[in-house]
Amino acid sequence: MFARGLKRKSSEDAEDADGGVAGLPAAPSYTLQRQSLLDMSLVKLQLCHMLVEPNLCRSVLIANTVRQIQEEMTQDGTWRVVAPQAAGRAPLDRLVSTEILCRSGREQEGEGDCPLPDPAPGQAPRRPQSSPWGLDGSREGRGGFQKSLDHIFETLENKTPGSVEELFSDVDSSYYDLDAVLTGMVGGAPTGPGLPAFAPTAAAPPSSTCRSDLGELEHTVEILVET
Amino acid sequence: MAGAGGGGCPAGGNDLQWCFSQVKGAIDEDVAEADIISTVEFNYSGDLLATGDKGGRVVIFQREQENKSRPHSRGEYNVYSTFQSHEPEFDYLKSLEIEEKINKIRWLPQQNAAHFLLSTNDKTIKLWKISERDKRAEGYNLKDEDGRLRDPFRITALRVPILKPMDLMVEASPRRIFANAHTYHINSISVNSDHETYLSADDLRINLWHLEITDRSFNIVDIKPVNMEELTEVITAAEFHPHQCNVFVYSSSKGTIRLCDMRSSALCDRHSKLTGPGPPLEVSEAQKVKARKLTDWKVFEEPEDPSSRSFFSEIISSISDVRFSHSGRYMMTRDYLSVKVWDLNMESRPVETHQVHEYLRSKLCSLYENDCIFDKFECCWGGSDSAIMTGSYNNFFRMFDRNTRRDVTLEASRENSKPRASLKPRKVCTGGKRKKDEISVDSLDFNKKILHTAWHPAENIIAVAATNNLYIFQDKVN
Repeated sequence: MFARGLKRKSSEDAEDADGGVAGLPAAPSYTLQRQSLLDMSLVKLQLCHMLVEPNLCRSVLIANTVRQIQEEMTQDGTWRVVAPQAAGRAPLDRLVSTEILCRSGREQEGEGDCPLPDPAPGQAPRRPQSSPWGLDGSREGRGGFQKSLDHIFETLENKTPGSVEELFSDVDSSYYDLDAVLTGMVGGAPTGPGLPAFAPTAAAPPSSTCRSDLGELEHTVEILVET
Repeated sequence: MAGAGGGGCPAGGNDLQWCFSQVKGAIDEDVAEADIISTVEFNYSGDLLATGDKGGRVVIFQREQENKSRPHSRGEYNVYSTFQSHEPEFDYLKSLEIEEKINKIRWLPQQNAAHFLLSTNDKTIKLWKISERDKRAEGYNLKDEDGRLRDPFRITALRVPILKPMDLMVEASPRRIFANAHTYHINSISVNSDHETYLSADDLRINLWHLEITDRSFNIVDIKPVNMEELTEVITAAEFHPHQCNVFVYSSSKGTIRLCDMRSSALCDRHSKLTGPGPPLEVSEAQKVKARKLTDWKVFEEPEDPSSRSFFSEIISSISDVRFSHSGRYMMTRDYLSVKVWDLNMESRPVETHQVHEYLRSKLCSLYENDCIFDKFECCWGGSDSAIMTGSYNNFFRMFDRNTRRDVTLEASRENSKPRASLKPRKVCTGGKRKKDEISVDSLDFNKKILHTAWHPAENIIAVAATNNLYIFQDKVN
């Protein structure tokens, strides 16, 4: 378990943005823990805007946590999005020990058939386990992510049957596609400062398979809750 | 035993020894969701104890008169009235269900034979009148005893109806319904000391009502940003000062408390600022706290300890409850790990901080994952303000004696429910060797949470809600 929660380490322990020998961070557990926390938070936020009556206080607190992590990762130069699959599988009603959160990226057993993208020239070598970047072509800038977060609050404000589509409409829908999330095929590599995009950022139009009808949503929520 | 002392040192308010008195509710392991108690409140005299549950029902218990032949047992609480306060509703505009769960009950001071209370769910507040009927009239002129109308032309003589005793009937009737004033979920209601007005608070706004008027309310606090995308802070609780009818307090999810005075007539539209030492309070530019017309405030916030900062710092600083002391000189706030007592004259930091379950600090990530970190614990003052109480997990609750600085952990469980049995202090083992009778942190049951507790206004009687059961404890009468 993390000593005293997830502590902020000094900057020299933070992952070297230029990528060291094999891109391995100096303090792997902190970075991975932070990433897992981010992933978990994003899943929670998705769940809460799918619930009938989202608890505004809880949503605000989770969103603030996500922003904090995002800010810190931006400063570290490590801002990127990795599939939150570990968090998605954790049973939600059990006091889970460290195993889920400290499960390193190596244990993502290459979910899905997601081929590695060709690294753009100059890109830092990635972690050995090759995070499964989705290749459906949509890329989200960091601004896009922030915008999605903000959409959540707008949705909470104007909760109508159509608002779920609205939430997803100008965001890369695959990011919020829970099935994709669970299997690790998440699209979107927000490009922060210092991180070159590893594919041309031709943003695909929002997927028409945006699974926003309520039946599908209920189904996916069930999946999450039962895991 | 309690604190650091060995051997029988009772704690929790001037050497009080807490004993089991009663437990209400089903014993079933399978708890029906609707039976989960969501609020507990004594009335001003302490003779009535009200509970609200997730099914929208209110149950009121009344204290029996003390039995002179059994002086050792104080009056017991028995069911006085049960009624359905709120029903589930459906908001067709938003396609959302409105839960019938009773979020709060607040009693009005008694002014005549009837009792009045306010109960609220997420959207609607209702004023209920609870009255007794123990007589009925007999001998009407215009109708028979069975209610059939008599033919007026057949009546040859008039008589005066007589009042005859009947079995006591307690009736609850809704006298006022205060609806359509809250876009967000109501978390607090509080009756003013003027006994004419009350406030209701939701996530972003606080409204002031007159008890007689249901079609109008006055908005006194509004922290909704123009752009909802900039929302970073919500209101979590609010309460009127017990004596000063122009003063109220509200707490936020960022751990700040604002004391407001409705007398100020300046229109304020400004940043909050801290007085006293500490880092400046960051307020999002976009989400300035707008003071409506009549409010002015002091801001209470403890500067953050940089050495314990983590990603969960803000969440655990979110205040789940704020209560004024009976004296009105202090207020108490509950955040995830502690209760703090504040002197209303000092905004810079609390005068007391009591750790409720510090052993959870190293488990915050897990508690975040299973959502327990968002549990909203309440707290309450003892009648003399010398002791305070709040709940924890595993059906534990904590009592702090402010004078002796002793604290104790007690448990609400069926195992300790022999009549007048003393409660044994519990201890959580945080590491190393677990002693006999201690429980380790990892064995705590996080589904058994004590969120709602109440303390009799004058005597040492406490009501503790453990999921669907209500426990009543009293201190031992020597």
